Amino acid sequence: MWEYTEKVKKYFEEPVNVGVVEEADGVGEVGSLACGDALKLTFKLGPDGRIADAKFQTFGCASAIASSSALTEIIKGMTLEEASKVTNRDIAEYLGGLPKEKMHCSVMGMEALEAAIANYRGEEITKEQEGEIVCECFGITDREIERVIRENHLTTREEVTNYTKAGGGCESCHDKIQDILNRILAEEKGKPVEKKKEEAPRKKLTNLQKIKLIQETLDREIKPALQADGGDIELIDIEGNRVLVALRGTCSACSAAEVTLKGYVETKLREFVTEDLVVEEVK
Amino acid sequence: METVYLDNNATTRTAPEAVEVMLPYFSDLYGNPSSMHYFGGQVEKSVRSAREKVASLIGAEPGEIVFTSCGTESDNTAIFGTLESYPEKRHVVTTRVEHPAINHVAQVLTKRGYRVTQLPVDRSGGLDLKQLETAVTPDTAVVSVMWANNETGVVFPIEEIAGIVKEKGSVFHTDGVQAAGKIPLDMSRQKHIDLLSISGHKLHAPKGIGVLYVRKGTRLAPYIIGGHQERGRRGGTENVPYIIGLGRASELALERLDDENTRVSALRDKLEKGILAGIPNSLLNGQGQPRLPNTLNVSFEYIEGESILLMLSKLGICASSGSACTSGSLEPSHVLRAMGIPFTAAHGSIRFSLSYYNKEEEIDFVLQHLPGIVQKLRAISPFWDQYQRQAAVGG
Repeated sequence: MWEYTEKVKKYFEEPVNVGVVEEADGVGEVGSLACGDALKLTFKLGPDGRIADAKFQTFGCASAIASSSALTEIIKGMTLEEASKVTNRDIAEYLGGLPKEKMHCSVMGMEALEAAIANYRGEEITKEQEGEIVCECFGITDREIERVIRENHLTTREEVTNYTKAGGGCESCHDKIQDILNRILAEEKGKPVEKKKEEAPRKKLTNLQKIKLIQETLDREIKPALQADGGDIELIDIEGNRVLVALRGTCSACSAAEVTLKGYVETKLREFVTEDLVVEEVK
Repeated sequence: METVYLDNNATTRTAPEAVEVMLPYFSDLYGNPSSMHYFGGQVEKSVRSAREKVASLIGAEPGEIVFTSCGTESDNTAIFGTLESYPEKRHVVTTRVEHPAINHVAQVLTKRGYRVTQLPVDRSGGLDLKQLETAVTPDTAVVSVMWANNETGVVFPIEEIAGIVKEKGSVFHTDGVQAAGKIPLDMSRQKHIDLLSISGHKLHAPKGIGVLYVRKGTRLAPYIIGGHQERGRRGGTENVPYIIGLGRASELALERLDDENTRVSALRDKLEKGILAGIPNSLLNGQGQPRLPNTLNVSFEYIEGESILLMLSKLGICASSGSACTSGSLEPSHVLRAMGIPFTAAHGSIRFSLSYYNKEEEIDFVLQHLPGIVQKLRAISPFWDQYQRQAAVGG
């Protein structure tokens, strides 16, 4: 059984703003019967340019219904400018959190809101303009996936599936999703890492602690993933913050080795050890 | 809040009579049945008696009963044990609607280089026996077809299927987890069944005990390797208290088989008729096929199963759903998909499964509340709105 927060339960059992706003200014419809969830959002603007009324109709599970109802509450009273900045995380936070497998319900809310605003502004958003379909089962495009990865700082394929449903059906697009992830992770690596406010500064590690932690992280987090694809990695040496490694097996001949090294190995080591590590390959 | 438990295909209440006979084996009677002394010997006698009771339930000989830890272990043993006994054969036949204990084994076998044929079913959940006959070849080591489906309750013509398979010279296994205790099984008559899996907790014994029936003369390598227990067919010290409990539960199941097929079946029919007549756009899954007396799988169009379950759960009513959202997977039940049930219905499917312990008042309680729940969720659904407007225009 899912662990829903009291707020999710409340908005599911007694949802507010159910229905369709009459003479709506904006209408957004996303999802389908085949996908297992769908949302129709309608809103009307007041004379002050703020959203005076918003209603929803939802086909879906408890968290989809609660997310939709929460969305209507969030956007009421907002200008369109403000509403266009609402993200799936705002919806999830409003509900006190959602189970990770259910995050796609909050993403559906965000997408319906965008569609409704675009509809008001007279813009037509079609899937084709939004990018190329990656997941055929649920009709998810590369742009949708990319955006959700960036906005929610996703790092694994499972997370992408939890947030977008992409890859949750026949699973044949898993490689494509991983490619998108690798590309974004490699790009993001160049930027300064966004720190969470409440995160305490990391303790400074002694050299010995650092070496131990790097080896542990390699063994626990990195090796199994590479080995699953027939590859492997070996720690050669550590010089200050330079981590020298050798790629083995299929990795050594892989054209994406650089991406793996920077986008995956380095990211993981920075996550678990310290942020100023640089991974280099020894041939 | 009273619990109205209608999820007996998931698990059942352990019969109080079974619990009672188990208790001494957790305290005073802790001997090992393999021991040479009187203290272990008395336990061995009780295990033997329990084995006889389980054998009686399915018309088998006590020597053909192998105790396992669960239905999944029984299924795994049947497949892997047979494949090991026939190393030259590289083909397995099963169906697309099996329980994961077979279905996922089939996937693993494919990865290990075996050829696996998963037979399709038709819209009502039935198999094409001609297709089955064609699928079995001299290379086929084992054919595994479930006796009754856990989700829809559809009962396959196992005797006929077993006959076809034996004619072709393969081993025949059936997952009888949902069938045992609900419909009569008789291995002394159904002579073509080589292997049969049973799970204790589906027939009012506790969780953690299962049975693999192995017909005398069937070649089967052990899957759990260890001591000489179970005549060398399953290592590990016997789970004595649970075996005793399963023995008593089997005795009760045999006594109650008539009740299951008269009173329980009538309650199920009442629920079925009440729902189909009282709730528009509700569809019976498995219609036209013989079904277990206790199972009802019904789809409510345009709404989603998890929502229905949670609303029912709030009233104390326990059922389950083939919807994607309930499982953590994103696709609805593989059984309903194999049947080709349209998405409008698959996501909104609910399974009610009854048992000996259900009363008529409980069925009335469900019939009293379910229409309101469906109505409430449909009032939120955009597709119901759309459907209603189309219906108004059309008619």
